[in-house]
Amino acid sequence: MDMKVTKKKLGLKEKYKLLTRDLGWETTYQKKDDVFPYVGYEGIKIHDWDKWEDPFRLTMDSYWKYQAEKERKFYAIIDAHAQNNGHLNITDARYLSALKIFLQAISPGEYAAHKGFARVGREFPGVGTQVACQMQAIDEIRHAQTQIHAMSNYNKYYNGFHAFADSRDRIWYTSVARSFFDDAMSAGPFEFMIAIGFSFEYVLTNLLFVPFMSGAAYNGDMATVTFGFSAQSDEARHMTLGLECIKFMLEQDPANLPIVQGWIDKWFWRGFRVLGLVSTMMDYMLPKRVMSWREAWEIYGQENGGALFKDLARYGIRAPKGWNDAEAGIDHMSHQFMLGLYQWSFGTAFHSWIPSDDDMDWLSAKYPTTFDKYYRPRWNHIKKLAAAGTPFKNFGLAKLCQTCQLPVVFTEPDDPTMACHRETVYKGEKYHFCSDGCQDIFANEPEKYVQAWLPMPALFQDPFNGDIGAWMNWVSLKDGVDNGDFVGSQDQMNFEKWRGMATSNK
Amino acid sequence: MSTVFIALQTNEETRPIIDAIVIDNPLAVVLREPAMVKINAQGRLVIRRETIEEQMGRDYDLQELQINLISLSGYVDETEDTLTLYWNE
Repeated sequence: MDMKVTKKKLGLKEKYKLLTRDLGWETTYQKKDDVFPYVGYEGIKIHDWDKWEDPFRLTMDSYWKYQAEKERKFYAIIDAHAQNNGHLNITDARYLSALKIFLQAISPGEYAAHKGFARVGREFPGVGTQVACQMQAIDEIRHAQTQIHAMSNYNKYYNGFHAFADSRDRIWYTSVARSFFDDAMSAGPFEFMIAIGFSFEYVLTNLLFVPFMSGAAYNGDMATVTFGFSAQSDEARHMTLGLECIKFMLEQDPANLPIVQGWIDKWFWRGFRVLGLVSTMMDYMLPKRVMSWREAWEIYGQENGGALFKDLARYGIRAPKGWNDAEAGIDHMSHQFMLGLYQWSFGTAFHSWIPSDDDMDWLSAKYPTTFDKYYRPRWNHIKKLAAAGTPFKNFGLAKLCQTCQLPVVFTEPDDPTMACHRETVYKGEKYHFCSDGCQDIFANEPEKYVQAWLPMPALFQDPFNGDIGAWMNWVSLKDGVDNGDFVGSQDQMNFEKWRGMATSNK
Repeated sequence: MSTVFIALQTNEETRPIIDAIVIDNPLAVVLREPAMVKINAQGRLVIRRETIEEQMGRDYDLQELQINLISLSGYVDETEDTLTLYWNE
């Protein structure tokens, strides 16, 4: 890009002051509390909204200019991808499973974040905050749109992309991400900012977008790299907004500290559970891998998150309560979750597979203390069953965690041979949890989580009454086409056939 | 001292920007990964408009960084002339 830089009449700070802060006004014929009715009930005390700092000082005119440039770059590549059979340049069709999960679980989350920021932008009284939230609301809808648009090119050729909206609402693994965003959207404005702006953007999106998108590049998927990095270029601003919000709350009143710490504890753990999906994408679904989930966690979780919590210690903030349990789970989670996805693959709108010997050697090198000891023997057993013509299917259903909505598939933090399961009885009803973290979250807000819609009970309710075929129709999943093992799937056969046609004259 | 970082897309436009960052932060570590370049520094990283302009051979507005930015860590302080990432500690 060769962008003409015009001579500036106003300095950056002055322009920001005029085009952002001067847009606010004091209310006259309505009481301010009536205009902003939701800003007080969470207990956060703010004395001076003018102390809010927006480090990027981006004004709306510059915002549109740079966003337009990002869109031009994005669509140039999307066009090239469509014109040049870009879908045949990926390493192999196993890679598509990662994309399907992204489309079904993550892109709808972007749309939810858009709605959330549009709402909290209205609910905060500070004008700096309002403008920053407005920009982020527009960013998030752009992310949802560009992702859906980019992946629509794959929908022309492959299965499992066609019904992401139904998947988002109805299938079990997507409700993990959905419930995360529903939880955030039904919280107050400050909690929403911690949930999305801080935990999701600052602590977690690096793990979702940076190594995974770099992995997409490694696997030849130009379309995904482009929407990924185009979205991520906005995330840098979002992270800064999240960090600013947390600093602002802590500096405004010491009484805010325990409330903020409680939210950090809650939302770190909720976000970490959403990342369970991402761990399988990184360790198992990218045919060509950039780094393991463990390595990504060391860089973006331990090192980067650790630096942040060390810095916030001067306000009295400590690392999130689940931090050590998270660390204890890192070497296990992708394996335990992928084994779950494989055994329930009749109920997923993507394919899973038994890792090849090469893949298992890679996993063993990346997870020297856990893979050969706990997980290779299970995969080998499953492989034997598949070879004997009796592939392992688990038609039973695991309990779902009432908080994060994942099936209870993980083990105790200190014992990888013992399934982790917690129970709480509340008002005579029994609720199940996957971890201490999720049980604690429920204990703090039981009236919120007893209302959670859990995906799998739908199978046993009217009108399905346990009929899996009818349930599949309802979630728009075609049995034998969208689901099951990758080996022998239409996606596998079509990709090989078309790639053969693209590289020869037969 | 904790690490701050900036990650940029690998492309023609960021090549001189990365050169400029290395000139201004000689101790920074440049990691070249697929499609992205991640630059780590201990405690503080300063990006200067003038150095980028010298490397690029044209006028440059630091806010143009938004287009090729992938991610960063640390607090941000932005003026017309510099963009600084830092931890307080």
